[in-house]
Amino acid sequence: MSRFTGTWMLTRFALRRDRILLPVWILVFSLMTISSASATMALYPDVATRVMAASAVNDVPVAVAMYGRIWDPTSLGALSLLKMSAIGGVMIAILAIMLVTRHARGEEEKGRTELLGATVVGAWAGLTAAVIVALVAMLGIAVLSALGLWAVGLPAAGSWAFGLSWALTGMAFAAISAVANQVTTSARAATALALVALAVAYLMRAVGDVLGDADGPSILSWLSPIGWGQQVRPYAGDQAWVLVLPAVFAALVLWVALALQSRRDLGAGLLPDRTGRATAAPGLRTPLALAWRLQYPMLLGWLAAYAVMGAVVGSIVNDLGDMMDTPQAREMIAALGGTDVLMEAFIALEFSIIAFVTAAYGIVAARRLATEEADGHLEPVLACSVPRLRFLTSHLTVALVGTTLLTLTQGASFALGSAASTGSTALVGATIGAAMAYLPAIWLMTAVVVLLFGVAPRFTVVAWILLVAFVLVSELGALLEWPQWVLDASPFSHVPRLPAEPMDWLPLLALTGIAVALTVAGSALFRRRDLSTP
Amino acid sequence: MISMTGVVKRFGSTTALDGLDLTVAEGEVHGFLGPNGAGKTTTLRVLLGLMRIEAGSVTVLGMDPWRDAVALHRRLAYVPGDVSLWPNLTGGEVIDLLGRLRGGLDEQRRDRLVEMFALDPTKKTRTYSKGNRQKVALIAALSSDVELLLLDEPTAGLDPLMESMFRTVINEWRDGGRSVLLSSHILAEAEALSDRLSIIRSGRVVETGTLAQLRHLRRTTVTAVLRSVPDGLAAMPGVHEVVIDGQTITCQVDSEGLDRLLPALSAAGVDSLITQPPSLEQLFLQHYGVTET
Repeated sequence: MSRFTGTWMLTRFALRRDRILLPVWILVFSLMTISSASATMALYPDVATRVMAASAVNDVPVAVAMYGRIWDPTSLGALSLLKMSAIGGVMIAILAIMLVTRHARGEEEKGRTELLGATVVGAWAGLTAAVIVALVAMLGIAVLSALGLWAVGLPAAGSWAFGLSWALTGMAFAAISAVANQVTTSARAATALALVALAVAYLMRAVGDVLGDADGPSILSWLSPIGWGQQVRPYAGDQAWVLVLPAVFAALVLWVALALQSRRDLGAGLLPDRTGRATAAPGLRTPLALAWRLQYPMLLGWLAAYAVMGAVVGSIVNDLGDMMDTPQAREMIAALGGTDVLMEAFIALEFSIIAFVTAAYGIVAARRLATEEADGHLEPVLACSVPRLRFLTSHLTVALVGTTLLTLTQGASFALGSAASTGSTALVGATIGAAMAYLPAIWLMTAVVVLLFGVAPRFTVVAWILLVAFVLVSELGALLEWPQWVLDASPFSHVPRLPAEPMDWLPLLALTGIAVALTVAGSALFRRRDLSTP
Repeated sequence: MISMTGVVKRFGSTTALDGLDLTVAEGEVHGFLGPNGAGKTTTLRVLLGLMRIEAGSVTVLGMDPWRDAVALHRRLAYVPGDVSLWPNLTGGEVIDLLGRLRGGLDEQRRDRLVEMFALDPTKKTRTYSKGNRQKVALIAALSSDVELLLLDEPTAGLDPLMESMFRTVINEWRDGGRSVLLSSHILAEAEALSDRLSIIRSGRVVETGTLAQLRHLRRTTVTAVLRSVPDGLAAMPGVHEVVIDGQTITCQVDSEGLDRLLPALSAAGVDSLITQPPSLEQLFLQHYGVTET
């Protein structure tokens, strides 16, 4: 029996388990790419407008750091897919990381690997199957995206280069995730470890691209899997040979993961499990204390990331004024952000994007209600003298306080970074206020989770679908001229874009009111329903 | 302590509890027997107010478990059958947390139980075996000062040594005047611990009483070696399945048949006599339509 025996069977089994999830992700990614490309294409009908738009990116370090460079200013495809290759590359890497963890360490943690390991299954089969599932997802996205991009009128070669650069970036992180799965003993920790690697790769690319010039990035970008994806330069030279880098990298890293797998016991990690307290800390006596205990490491990580990101972006925001003071650039930013005042428009735009990320944190934190129930942790708690509402409010409090702290951190670090580089504190209050204005919309997403949890824990996943829909509405709705009622359906559309626009309390109060109503309804439903059995 | 009458609970089209009656008196260990899927866990969840019933009535310690769950749970403790714990917390932390959420725990008793069950409380629960996870839940429950214990197959993961430790602890518990509802399918354990028993089948309690009462209605196996074999044993009312093998006869006798059989045997002259009351296993199997050979 080889160590791969059973891989094919496990792969088929994993694909069957994900028969809904995988097609949905493949479609979401492909449609996002295609619609974003076709929307941007409509904006730049001729070469002159493209060159102008490209220089508005290439000349601004913040934009280069965030998205990378446009290597051919005349290329329609390179311009259209700028965001997709950077932000999309990160998203596809996250998908690959989660897929591998879900099927490798996740299965092992739940004890199912042990069950299968006792059958005719080789030691490497589980991990290999998990990576194959990721590969299937990546190839699905690559092929559908490439065909779609070609169908909306972009060159075929570039479309394939784009699709494959995405897929191989994803596979590089699937392999990294496979190693992370060997190191830690919990799926949660493995995901976190792989995400740290992703953040490092993204930062290396950001710095490398800024340090580089129009000919190419500095060596830092060449050391980052995210950088490789961009150096394929789809529609701007199509350097197909670069695809070899992530392919070889993924193969080597995967080999390391398999080697590590052979050296460890089932259920163990390379990092040993430390022992802990023999008795609980005096404070660990309420559901809220438990929720905090379970969730604070993740929140601290997010806060640190927000503080760093806010300070970095804030400290370069004042360069915008010098570098983009051309009428065309102003027009472009104005078209996206909605005002002539460049910096304020940038803040408004930046914060409207971050608000979705913060809302995602809120959903993760509030969905802990559902995972606690599904994992069977809720039953012993409710069998103690704990009112149902006190359990519900525990993780809800973490979600609400967490989103508030994140928003404050984001606004404050941005304001401080900006104040440190300009020496002026004029915008500090306005910046923090601009970030805080999104809180009611963010809380509304948390409240949606509570409502769905009130119905049944398995429905809470719908909150993610809604968030993705609202992101699409915000990013594409106006460009694609979707009907007004669709735009109005997103709570994020109603937030005043401070500081570019004046403050308007009414929508914020309305959003808060809706959030409260949904929370109350969700609580009432949860008090009435049976506990679901794991 | 517990009174359930005519309790009905459905999940979609399947009926989990179909008119269940159950009574547990104060100070008794009540064995709750049934195979997998008979409705034992659902019954316990109803008693905890984690599930709502569709018909019938439930009172636990004089309270309605659905309405008064919080007040009720101060006075009882529960050990789930499939104990799932937070992987990042240590066993000791979970014991304290659950005890405190219930309203406080006796630290001396906790320390004694930790020692008795040989649990290392400093380890993360992720590293625990099923048996160790069960110990955590058991210690948390037994360290609390409550009147009623609800145990769902509490020894399924324990080794024989720990199982006998468990019996000692439960007997101490009963001696303190407290009550236990012990759901199990380990018959020897239920037989050893229980004052009274209920047998559940397809969501109904089909038989309830002390072991002696349950046996009373059942046939005793009589094996005798006789000097001469009398005629007409097989025709005697209340005597069944008579097998004669040389001087040895074996038969099944119900309670009224015993009165007639014994004079007949002694008249024939008895060399040796063995009577065996029905084992719990036989009682149990009879209810599930499986005849023992």
